[in-house]
Amino acid sequence: MKFAIQINEGPYQHQSADSAYFFTKAALAQGHEIFRVFFYHDGVNNATRLTTPPQDDRHIVNRWAELAEQYNLDLVVCVAAAQRRGMVDEGEAKRNGKDATNIHPRFRISGLGQLVEAAIQADRLIVFGD
Amino acid sequence: MSILHTVNKSPFEKTALAACLNHITPDATILLFEDGVYGALQGSQIAAHMQQTLTTNKIYVLGADLKARGFDTDRLIPGMAVVEYDGFVELVAQHDKVQAWL
Repeated sequence: MKFAIQINEGPYQHQSADSAYFFTKAALAQGHEIFRVFFYHDGVNNATRLTTPPQDDRHIVNRWAELAEQYNLDLVVCVAAAQRRGMVDEGEAKRNGKDATNIHPRFRISGLGQLVEAAIQADRLIVFGD
Repeated sequence: MSILHTVNKSPFEKTALAACLNHITPDATILLFEDGVYGALQGSQIAAHMQQTLTTNKIYVLGADLKARGFDTDRLIPGMAVVEYDGFVELVAQHDKVQAWL
């Protein structure tokens, strides 16, 4: 079965950022397909490659990136939510005249249409948030 | 059309669970996770309403979130079923839609 995942909350802030990961991991382990993971609202903060948690804590960003590497997941960050929060990739940095980027290379920035498409294409949309 | 309703809010903080209970149909299933697991405990203000709901609907509780909050399964209202993340995935697959009460 095809699942789409939506995450509305940031890492180390709300449990939903962890719940979404554990759900996605369990779904993949059962052989389900994850059509897309869409990071919306404060959820876009799950995509910063500059995250540096203490060594004995989970690395939420790398955890997503590793799962994406293993299963070739499409991790999409909402562009409008990202711009508001200073989440920038190279294209956005150039376009908006910023001097740095912080999006992890395993994530990509795109629009809300990607969430709508995921909701249409997937058999189930599961939303995690506050 | 069966719906899985997910509730991740404590019923003593937010009205998400109350709203969910007011809207479910008899073929619907509820999954309580994160702070939503507080709604599954015995002896609370909402316990009688939950017990009544259990006569018409199945209610599941995410075991990991219950344990993370220091509760054993013997604190649950009788009739509540415990699942882990793999069970959560199965519930999603078994129902036609998932409604998150955020």
